[in-house]
Amino acid sequence: MTGALIEARGLVKSFAVGGGLARRPRRLQAVAGLSFDVQEGETFGLVGESGSGKTTLARLIMGAEAPDEGSLHIAGQDCARRSKAQDFAFRRLLQPVLQDPYGSLNPRMRIGAIIEEPMRIHRMFSGRTAYRQRVAELLAMVALPADAARKYPHELSGGQRQRVAIARALSVDPRIAILDEPVSALDVSIQAQVLNLLKDLQRKLKLTYVLISHDLAVVGYMSAKIGVIYLGQFMEIGDRASILADARHPYTLALLAAGSARRGAAIDDLAAGEMPSPLDPPSGCPFHPRCPLATERCANEKPLLRGISAIHQVACHYAETTRKGTARV
Amino acid sequence: MNAPDILSVQGLTTWLSTPSGVVAPVDDVSFSVRAGRTLGLVGESGSGKSMTCLSIMRLLPDNARNGGGRILFEGEDLLARSHSEMADIRGRLIGMVLQDPMTSLNPLFTVGNQIDEVFARHLGTPRADRRRLSVEAMTAVRIPAAAERARAYPHQFSGGMRQRVSIAMNIACAPKLLICDEPTTALDVTVQAQILSLLRTLQRETGVAIILVTHDLNNVARFCDDIAVMYAGRIVEQGPVADVFARPGHPYTQGLLDAMPSLARMAAGAADEPLAIIPGQTPSLAALPSGCRFEPRCPFAFDACRAEYPDWVRTPDGARKMACWKTERLS
Repeated sequence: MTGALIEARGLVKSFAVGGGLARRPRRLQAVAGLSFDVQEGETFGLVGESGSGKTTLARLIMGAEAPDEGSLHIAGQDCARRSKAQDFAFRRLLQPVLQDPYGSLNPRMRIGAIIEEPMRIHRMFSGRTAYRQRVAELLAMVALPADAARKYPHELSGGQRQRVAIARALSVDPRIAILDEPVSALDVSIQAQVLNLLKDLQRKLKLTYVLISHDLAVVGYMSAKIGVIYLGQFMEIGDRASILADARHPYTLALLAAGSARRGAAIDDLAAGEMPSPLDPPSGCPFHPRCPLATERCANEKPLLRGISAIHQVACHYAETTRKGTARV
Repeated sequence: MNAPDILSVQGLTTWLSTPSGVVAPVDDVSFSVRAGRTLGLVGESGSGKSMTCLSIMRLLPDNARNGGGRILFEGEDLLARSHSEMADIRGRLIGMVLQDPMTSLNPLFTVGNQIDEVFARHLGTPRADRRRLSVEAMTAVRIPAAAERARAYPHQFSGGMRQRVSIAMNIACAPKLLICDEPTTALDVTVQAQILSLLRTLQRETGVAIILVTHDLNNVARFCDDIAVMYAGRIVEQGPVADVFARPGHPYTQGLLDAMPSLARMAAGAADEPLAIIPGQTPSLAALPSGCRFEPRCPFAFDACRAEYPDWVRTPDGARKMACWKTERLS
């Protein structure tokens, strides 16, 4: 026990894909051995491209999937051994905010009812007025006008809908919020509003966030700690400064170059091709087929995540020299 | 500097009928693109950037119609062309790469077949030569084992490779202009950069003029020569990318740049500073402010901004212009 609010050890999750009468299904390993801690009140940011397994990891944390291997403790409780009653209570402790505020808000319900629903399920109050009052508080908290309660989702803009999703998640006083691409559907100017709101709410309510995004700049802005995930494994994990200013894994370096505004960062030299299918992962280091610095060793021997400082771990055989090797960045 | 204008759009206006009345998603828009140059057309959703592209291609939806202006392509007005002339121009002289190649490629034909068709339709290439040219086009966009991959169907390609196929189709006839509407928005970040640098390489090889429509300012900074910023149907600022990013003139341009989390700033330790925000949201085209359209959200607004839409302010050399009453911001 480390006293962390979320403690994951060696999480593995695979899915059976395809298969039929005569064909055996293939195994897709979406999460291939992830361990990490999230401290209370901090934001743990997970950055990865599509197919990296970041959403599966979020579903494991939310309890929407059970891991095949490994253990997950949240608030000191073993997630594999929750009774039904504990599971119900857990859902108040941890709430998701999903990417698509179009798909996640019922178009036929008014905003007030949408925000009220989780509270009613958890029987937080008795009597209509108490719920109404709480809805009004929540709307004010996410800076929506009070009359929004009587509107339908289609009457709101994308940014406003995302605020509703946040208000709904916070309605049951959770300690943890899982933010899965919370701003990727929004325009730049609205994105900044929502990110700042999320930061304010975290400070005020002492929330713990697990933030998932493909956008390293968004993750960097929000997170104290960042994990870079590729084909279900951490390539690099560390505090914000280590990842943004002292990244060592060639994949992280490629992401940093891809997200920068600097001209002339020769991306083709940083990450060739595309992510291989998780159905047929490469031998050795999962990134080696795309890596500009890969050697024979990388194809044969899988690098383990190793600490290069107390707060910074890298899964690369050459972590000490990568920054020189990709000096072009 | 002396390359000829391939495209010169002058005062282009497009009307759109909506349930709340007729609006102008493209309102008096003017810009030009020279051979071998890339213009980044940026703006948020609803700003009119895609509608501008559709207007240029003369591919407007049924509820939209042209409301004036000229679209000079190599000196000739596209608005004066007949439908069949436009059909000859599209895909041959002007290519268009869209966001999702899965919807622009036919799932029932091999990609080779679909590129062959371009040669057949536009150049009348004999059947025997088409495939060789298609494979060449696929090789030009760096699709490995092109001859073999030409026999594959779109679903057998990854997202990035599909976008390469779509680029191959659109450069097959060596067009003068390539309009790319959010070509990489659906792709992973590392693949986005690959596709955009491919476009730059092709441009160096062929001198094609490119319009890159995007909401990603990083990509504009890295891959474009000039930028035009659209807001609520109008271009509010225009100029060379490096100048505009270094010293944004229009408050909206500045707002966009400040609202973006920047890896460089954060690596320098500024991650705990809150992001600057642009308050409020884009106005509805059916209820535009009477003066400057950005005025309700602008931190610098004063009386003149509410009274009247601002005139263009230009730098002495004419390289940059913006529509803002705070004229001293561009000096």
